[in-house]
Parts: sequence; C-alpha cells; structure tokens
Amino acid sequence: MSPNETRARQAGVRRTVWRSVAALAGMFAFAFALVPLYDAFCRLTGINGKVDTTAQAIVSEEVDESRTVTVQFITRNGAGLPWHMQAETRQVRLHPGQTSEVNFTFRNQSDGESWGRAVPSVSPSNATRHVRKTSCFCFEEQQLQAGERIELPLVFQLARDLPPEVHTVTLVYTLYPVEGKRQPQQAVVQTKQGEEA
Amino acid sequence: MAPKVPPQPTLEQSSTAAEAGHGHAHHAPPKGILRWLLTTNHKEIGTLYLIFSLTMFFIGGIFALVVRLELFQPGLQFVRPEFFNQMTTMHGLIMVFAAVMPAFTGLANWMIPLQIGAPDMALPRLNNFSFWLLPVAFGLLLSTLLMPGGGPNFGWTFYAPLSTTFAPPSTTFFILSLHIAGISSILGAINIIATILNMRAPGMRLMDMPLFVWTWLITAFLLIAVMPVLAGVITMMLMDINFGTSFFNAAGGGDPVLFQHLFWFFGHPEVYIMILPAFGIVSAIIPTFSRKRLFGYASMVYAVAAIAVLSFLVWGHHMFAVGMPLVGQLFFMYATMLIAVPTGVKVFNWVATMFRGSISFEPPMLFALAFVVQFTIGGFSGLMLAIAPADFQYHDTYFVVAHFHYVLVPGAIFAILAGAYYWLPKWTGHYPNERLSQWHFWLSVIGVNLTFFPMHFSGLAGMPRRIPDYALQFADFNLASSLGAFIFGFSQLLFVAVIVLCVRGGKKAPAQAWGEYATDLEWSVPSPAPLHTFETPPTFERPAH
Repeated sequence: MSPNETRARQAGVRRTVWRSVAALAGMFAFAFALVPLYDAFCRLTGINGKVDTTAQAIVSEEVDESRTVTVQFITRNGAGLPWHMQAETRQVRLHPGQTSEVNFTFRNQSDGESWGRAVPSVSPSNATRHVRKTSCFCFEEQQLQAGERIELPLVFQLARDLPPEVHTVTLVYTLYPVEGKRQPQQAVVQTKQGEEA
Repeated sequence: MAPKVPPQPTLEQSSTAAEAGHGHAHHAPPKGILRWLLTTNHKEIGTLYLIFSLTMFFIGGIFALVVRLELFQPGLQFVRPEFFNQMTTMHGLIMVFAAVMPAFTGLANWMIPLQIGAPDMALPRLNNFSFWLLPVAFGLLLSTLLMPGGGPNFGWTFYAPLSTTFAPPSTTFFILSLHIAGISSILGAINIIATILNMRAPGMRLMDMPLFVWTWLITAFLLIAVMPVLAGVITMMLMDINFGTSFFNAAGGGDPVLFQHLFWFFGHPEVYIMILPAFGIVSAIIPTFSRKRLFGYASMVYAVAAIAVLSFLVWGHHMFAVGMPLVGQLFFMYATMLIAVPTGVKVFNWVATMFRGSISFEPPMLFALAFVVQFTIGGFSGLMLAIAPADFQYHDTYFVVAHFHYVLVPGAIFAILAGAYYWLPKWTGHYPNERLSQWHFWLSVIGVNLTFFPMHFSGLAGMPRRIPDYALQFADFNLASSLGAFIFGFSQLLFVAVIVLCVRGGKKAPAQAWGEYATDLEWSVPSPAPLHTFETPPTFERPAH
C-alpha cells in the first residue's frame, strides 16, 4: 500500500471510531432520558395506573344515574413500615359524577415514631385519568407517633366520561416508609396542594 | 453473491503475500506469558477469546448441571434454595456474557480480517485491551459466589427491586463486573466496525462481503446501540443501592416497571446479538458442503438488517404479564410475529441452497444442519410465546426455558461449534478427528433434545421456572431433562479432545480445506494461516456472473 492509501485508511478508521463513540454517548444519555420520558408518558396516558399526585377540583357534573360503577379499595404494606392501613369499606358503588368520601385508618404498631407514604395506583389503567381526587392522604407523607392511630379521608369523583367498558375501578394504596427527613420532591407536591387548597 | 476469488491466482498471490509478511522486519514477539498478555495480533487475540469462551462455557455448564442435579427428583436433595438461585443466575450470566458473546468476538477476530483481506483489525492495541478486560470482569463476577451473602441470586434478568432492595451485598460487584464486560464488548464492536468499513481489500464492496462479515457488522451496530442502555440501567441500580436514588423504588417516586422496559430495550437486541453471527457462520458452511452458491445473498443481507431493526420494537413481548394496555399488547404481538418473516427468508434460503446440492456430511455441515432444524423449532415456540393472550399461560414456565434454550444451545452454540469445526483446518493446519467429531455431534444432538424438548411439556403443564422443587407430576419430564443435560455436558469434553488432537496433529489440510466451493478469502491463505497475512492487500476479483 502506498503511504497515501495508508493515511487515508487511518483517517477513515479515526472517523469511524469518533462516530461510534458519539453514538455510544448518545445512547447512554438516551437511557437516562428515558426515565423522565417514561414518567411523562405514563402520566399523560394514564398507563401503569400512575395518578396525578396533586389535588384536582371537583367538577360539578350531572350525576349519571344510568350507570353504576364499583370502586374497590386495596391497601398493602410495602416492606419495612410497621403500620397497619385499612379502608373503612372494601368497596362502594356509585354513579359517575357523584362525589364520594371514604376514610382510611392508619395505625403505627411500633413503639417509635415513623414517616410513611401511601403510593396510589389505579386499575384498569384506562380509568386512571377519569378518577378525580380532591383530597387524599396519598398527596403527602404522614407522621405517626408510637402506637398512634389516625383517620384520613379520600374524597374523589369518577368523571362522567369514564370509558363505558369500565364497570369496576380499583384504587390501590401501598405504604412505604419515608427514610429520614422529607425529600424535596415531596415538599414540592405539598406546596402545590397547599396552593390549590 | 458472496465474494468469489478464482482459486489459482489468489493462492499464489497470497502465499507470496504471506512470505513477504514473514520477511518484514517484525521485532521478535516476547516469549512465554508476556506474548499472550501483550499480543496485538488478531489471530492470537481471537484464539484467546475462543479459549476464554470455552473455559467459561464449562464453568457455566457446571452451574447448569448443579441446577439439573437438584431437579433430577422432586424435593430438595443437594443444594439449598438460596444456592440454587445463585446457580440459575450465574449460569445465565456466564453463558450469555462470558461464553456466547466472547465466542463470536473470537471468531470475528480470527476470521473478519482474513475474510476481507485485511492484515489485522483496525485497532490492534484496543483489541488486546478489550480481551483482557474479560478475565477481570468474570473473575470478579465469579468471586461474588464466595462473598458473604453469596453471589447474584435474582435471575440473569436482575429485575429491580429484587436486585436492588432485596439483593445480596455482592450486587455492587456484580454491577461493576457487568460494566467491565460491557466496555469490553463495546470496544470490540467499535473495532469490528472500523475494520469492516475501512480495511476491506481494494475492490471489495459491502455487498461483496461474506455473510459472516455482514452479520457481524450489523451485530456490532446493535452492540453500540444497546450496551450503553445496559450500562445506564446498571448505573441506576448502583445509585439506587448505594446513593439513595429512587429510579426503581416506588417509595421514592420511581417505578419498578421502568426497570423492565429499560432492561428489555437492551435485552431483546441482545438476543439477536447472540444469533446474527450464527446466521453468518451457517451461511458460509451450507453452500460449501452443498457444493452450490448461497441462494439469495442479497436477501440474506436485507433479512439480517430487517431483523436488527425490528429487534428494537419488540421488547414489550417480555412484559405481557406485567400489565400493559391492549394497544401495547397488540403492537408488540404483531411486531414480534413480523420477525418471523425475515427469519423465514433466511431458513428458506438455506434450504434452497441445499436443494439439488451435492451434500456431504462433514462435522461442520452436521452442526449447521442441526442448527437450521433446531433453531427453527426454537423460532416456532417463540411465535407461540408472541401470542399475547397465550403468553399469560406460558409466562415464567419451563416453556420459556425450552424456547430460549432451543435458540441458544442448538442455535447459537451449535453454530459456534460448526464454525470451530469449519475453521479448525485453517487455524491448525489439520482436519479435526472425524470419528471423535461424529461422536461429539451425535451425543450433543441427543443430549440437547433430551434436555430441552421435555421442557416444552412440563412448561405447558405449568411448571414454573427458577424454582428448586416441583410438583410430582413433573418428575418424569425432569428426569429426562437431567439425563439429557448430563449427556450434553459431558460430551463437550469430546470437543476439547478434538481440539487438542487437532492442534497436535491429524490429517494435513490444504489451503482450500473444504474444497473449491469455499471461496471466501480466508481459503486463499495457507493452512495453518501464518501469523501475518494480507500485509499486501489481495486484489479482490468479483466473480463474473
């Protein structure tokens, strides 16, 4: 090979390598960009039962008495929080447009104070965007003293445009411990709620 | 059509090239272990990769045999469930990242420069570095088995939060070792792309390249696209475990399902990374032993490219049972089934190549034929799994285990064995021992099918995967699977014997070891291939048709 050809080949190799490295960096960044994108996608579409964790205003709609929808409540304990959580009723039957209030009991079964948070999820996912919560314990963290027991309300409404094939909506709350102090993420949520309230 | 070089002139040309290579003022290579530590020669590095991969194949195989030993009978006999979980996990990790992937990289190192008429890889020192990362990575991974709390026990898919919140303390080392292995594959991929795009013999266009080179080029692009995503996922795990972030932790606003999306966005192209080079090997072997040209060269290239593109659009089919809107299930189901089209093109092309050919059944051809048949079986069970409503029944059962072992063992691994038998005469200058190879082949085929075929049935009957014990009704199927696994495992020792014998001696092989229908450039250099080849680039002549 002539020196010219060798040089051209080396330049070609260098170009290929730099392009590959750029692609690599791009894909690594893309992997991290997928985190907020995924979150935004789920919230926009209601997929995966992700609910807006801010309070929404009740829209006064005419109650659709021709339809009755069963709303079930499931509470679960995530690992590591010695609390007991229970809904006052396992299910209610209501009409779209109707506002309903259900109380949830939280009891700290340990002998130390702790912070907890109930993370909500809605099933089926196509009902997610049609559940409007005005007030929910899931908007903020709770602090319970040793052995303390509190009752907190959930006020919600099913929108009238709830897809017709939905006959049962299940609201799931999973309790998770909040370690240490409040994280800034939650503090933001709280101010938002404060503004709206 | 694949590159065809008129045998006679090229032979002369390249043997003079080889002699010229020897005549060059190469400083003498260092002796002993340093020679292997410091080598930048693509053939030596290829050999290192292949030996490493074979070693890891046996280590991963021992882990599999521990699993099969425990499952020989219902009840708990030999190992505790915690250790069983570590064995299933380590078997998967070692086989995927340390056996199959390095084997293909080793074959690429050996054969790509020879097949495109290049003197070496484009970046020889980087090549040395990317190999020596591997023993570090997998030494570290294997060492986790000795750490307090044991090694990874969450399955090779390491779903969060099982691999974050509930994982053993050694998980950080697992993440580090996967990072190192990932860097190694990425560097290897860059090197292969740079070699193929810039180092081809004058006159060789992309559409003249042998299919092994084509499939590796596409595989290398897949690696560059998805290995960074894997690196991203395990970095997020690392931060969740050690730095208090909540990427996959619902309590802190994260989402465990996000892990599965990210993992399978890497994971599905990854399974094609493990099969596309196999397509290339088989596409070289079948024409040679059918004494015909490969049928449909261009359609083979386009089919591989189509499979690669589709592989990015089907990750959701691993997650049907996780919960997905109907539209998503339909999309992933149809996209997955679409992959059967280009794959079918390939299978039909191989069959058409053999049609009316003058077929002979030397060991490489036997393995290649077994590949075509059994990979197709694995493809069909894949189609069954793609059906979203049916997948709810198959999910996480032994049917899935049967499916992916059919595409990986008699698929990818048989293709690697076929490639090894095919190119052994070029590497060593001797033909592999015919009788031993035949024993190896038949015991492997019987062992593999006895192991994995009954798993279809135990899976359809509902036997869950990754559990050390099972209900009594699955006892007979598991007995058969365990017997088959031991037959398959121990018959691989024959392969080692074949290699050792072949290196030491045996029937001498000429340059064109498998006859005049093997016309890619590697057959134009003498057997065994001298350490330096194509220092003067060969002139590539396109066949006139």
